[in-house]
Amino acid sequence: MYSDQKMESQMGSLLRAGVVTSCAIILIGGILYVMRHGGERESFAVFQGVPAPLESVRGVLGQARAGSARGIIQLGALALIATPVLRVVFAVYGFARQKQWVFVGISALVLALLAAGLVAG
Amino acid sequence: MTNVLFSTLVFAGSLVAGFLGSLTGLGGGVVIVPLLTIAFGVDIRYAIGASLVSVIATSSGAASAYVREGFSNVRVGMLLEIATASGALAGAAAAAFVPTAGLAILLGVVLLFSAFAPAHKEDMKPKAAPDPDSLGARLRLDSSYPGPGGMVAYTVRRLPLGFGMMGVAGMLSGLLGIGSGAVKVLAMDLAMGLPFKVSTTTSNFMIGVTAAASAGVYLHRGYIAPGLAMPVTLGVVVGSLAGAKVLASAGSAQLRILFRVVILALGVEMIYNGWAGRI
Repeated sequence: MYSDQKMESQMGSLLRAGVVTSCAIILIGGILYVMRHGGERESFAVFQGVPAPLESVRGVLGQARAGSARGIIQLGALALIATPVLRVVFAVYGFARQKQWVFVGISALVLALLAAGLVAG
Repeated sequence: MTNVLFSTLVFAGSLVAGFLGSLTGLGGGVVIVPLLTIAFGVDIRYAIGASLVSVIATSSGAASAYVREGFSNVRVGMLLEIATASGALAGAAAAAFVPTAGLAILLGVVLLFSAFAPAHKEDMKPKAAPDPDSLGARLRLDSSYPGPGGMVAYTVRRLPLGFGMMGVAGMLSGLLGIGSGAVKVLAMDLAMGLPFKVSTTTSNFMIGVTAAASAGVYLHRGYIAPGLAMPVTLGVVVGSLAGAKVLASAGSAQLRILFRVVILALGVEMIYNGWAGRI
């Protein structure tokens, strides 16, 4: 029997792993950012939006692969956003193992809403 | 200001916000946007983007412990996330059409409300007898949590009212880049009759999903600036971890009062700035 306790414990581990991984990526990107761009003066006083490649998942992956400091920080931010999404994916799986179909449906609906936010923009 | 200096100062400010936020249970996210706009002159849209990312980090980090310890009600959380995620999507979509001065005033009002929200409360005996025909019982939402003297059973009441309030919490989160923990706790504690400890920990559990729903929209709109999100997120996370460590130590009562005064002052400042058209 797949108990609630077992599911909650695994869910907790998943959240922790997600946060630790994301923050580690942001820290690496942050160190590179300070080393390479530390002497520059980036201003956030007037809103212009960030450069286009940093606004999409595909663009961020490309920037991070190219070793851009900002791209790596943004990759960490994406990993952070993905953490609760993965937690909902895990809930679909966990409730399915428990054969709690109402909650499989509820979790799937939440997942659809999250996907809508990521795709629509 | 050079990027090294700016990152260092923002990191330090976020560290203090995260520390006080976790100490008081109000979360650091609610003061990040006013801190960045008032003290650092950051445009409120960049501030909202950075705040949203940091909110996911702290809530998911705290939730990982609460879920394992059996405080959060995962079923209640998942069900109400339908409301918060829908609200957050609507809020993020609406944010593009609300003038920044309007966002500042709305955030100011939420800050004033948060300053008076309860952060600690003794739970009384069971608030209501179990009712097998209630929606809460039929959906198997009723549960129990580890109290000081063993497991305490509780029931879930007024689900539709709580669901509606969660929609509002989600909308505020999507509009302002905050976790809206204070409104979520109000919905579960007051409206649905959940024990306070279950309400706060389930709120924490839900905040990540609520924030993730609008984060995609903000990413595409260019609100998430890496040079700002980096020091904010790292600062708030380190500060929250430190706050959780000293939670029980002496002197934290005065710090909690101090933090409420700070939130109150920031709320007034945000409303004034919004009103005067300075944001």
